[in-house]
Amino acid sequence: MIQARIPAPLLALAAAGLLLFLLPLAGLVARAPWNQVGPELLAPETATALGLSIFCSVTATAIALVLGIPLALVLSRTTGTLRAVLRALTTLPMVLPPVVGGVALILAFGRRGLLGAPLYQLFGVQIPFTTSAAVIAETFVAMPFLVIAVEGGLRALDQRYEEAARALGASSWRVFARVTLPLLRPAIFSGAVLCWARALGEFGATITFAGNLPGRTQTVPLAVYVALETKPDGAIVLSLVLLAVALAILIGLRDRWLGEP
Amino acid sequence: MNRFLALALALVPLGVACGGSGCQGISCAQPMSRATVFAASSLQAPFDEIAKQLRLSAIDVRFNYAGTQTLTSQLTQGAQADVFASADTTHMTTVVQAGLIDGSPTTFAHNRLEIAVAKGNPKGIHSLADLARNGLVVVLADPSVPAGKYAQQALTNAGVTIRPASLELQVTAVLTKVALGEADAGIVYVSDVKTNSNVDGVTIPDQYNVVADYPIAILKHAQEPAAASAFVRLVLSPGGQSVLTASGFGPA
Repeated sequence: MIQARIPAPLLALAAAGLLLFLLPLAGLVARAPWNQVGPELLAPETATALGLSIFCSVTATAIALVLGIPLALVLSRTTGTLRAVLRALTTLPMVLPPVVGGVALILAFGRRGLLGAPLYQLFGVQIPFTTSAAVIAETFVAMPFLVIAVEGGLRALDQRYEEAARALGASSWRVFARVTLPLLRPAIFSGAVLCWARALGEFGATITFAGNLPGRTQTVPLAVYVALETKPDGAIVLSLVLLAVALAILIGLRDRWLGEP
Repeated sequence: MNRFLALALALVPLGVACGGSGCQGISCAQPMSRATVFAASSLQAPFDEIAKQLRLSAIDVRFNYAGTQTLTSQLTQGAQADVFASADTTHMTTVVQAGLIDGSPTTFAHNRLEIAVAKGNPKGIHSLADLARNGLVVVLADPSVPAGKYAQQALTNAGVTIRPASLELQVTAVLTKVALGEADAGIVYVSDVKTNSNVDGVTIPDQYNVVADYPIAILKHAQEPAAASAFVRLVLSPGGQSVLTASGFGPA
């Protein structure tokens, strides 16, 4: 429902903005080979890419939860320059072109990378071109979405609950586990879902850092790109799948993310 | 002060006239025309050099370098370009059949495959058969990319089956992975090895090797047909051919 009167020119601009989003989607739906959706979805390559995409994005989200919630906690409890710097570093992957992220990941975790070189020389571990590399790339790109959401939740938190728990003698760990985390549940949930959706759609960092091999690193977005050249119909079907998933998530999330209390 | 101001004002229109079209230095007599060239990513080094020569005759060239298969789908989906230079005849034929080209394309260069390895060949790779060795990280181009298709043919010719670590979406990405040290070897073009100082090449014998034909054509809907044909003429001229040869390509 539109509640207040909005000036006509603004409405027109809003409609133009909406069209910019809607037209490409309409293009996908209009050009979709509906009679081939079934066979394309059941094709083994599609199933492989979908399975890999789900595995990688869920794993990336799990890692983001384990690392991101503590990071958000630190961010929300620091102030001044330190906080500004930490915050910029955490959100950097959101604004960095993903391909640049991929190059940076190679320089860090590659066989000649800062961490990758000792790993390779001491243990023979090679990260690029593995499924782990795809997971790392997705985590790198998607974790900021979780951190931002959880940090927002932490800042909105009524600190009196934690103070009360502390006053009653709870240890800092117990306060976190029994008071902070439960209060944060909505923020963690919406952050995790956005993080997962971003991970699911990751392309640039993955192709650069993890390469492209069906069954190992070729996630759905990469499969879409390859299929676009060889069988455009398959590319459109895969795109529709990603679109449907993303829409379902965003509609399901609407109020939580839009900041309704 | 006044004179300085007058001079500055006099220069303004010149600046406007030149700034937009991108001509530099002294010769602003004729307006610069600009050709848009879609070229296979393996052509980057020689084409950049050829474009530099063309600037002297007030023609600017803007490139879109990518895998030939990407360029082909961009063109058939309606991307605007003046010239298309492909790394194989198959994709050029697709573009011709889409009705985007009048007349027939001209083959302007040939290329051959080579195995790219790290400088000094630390893993001792000497043949296609060596690529099947265990524990070796080998990267190829995807079979939808011309270089990937040729690599597959060469491997078949040699009767070698390998398990690649990745199927990259353009041949330059294969080269990059070897140059960065993430891959031990990759199959690329001779010209790629020649233009990259971070890798060495291992020759693939003629009996297995594949010769890639590079066709070039002016698109029917070219917006700068004069600039486009000047570019194509220069590519086919002795000057252009010697740039291509210097980059490791075989002449037309």
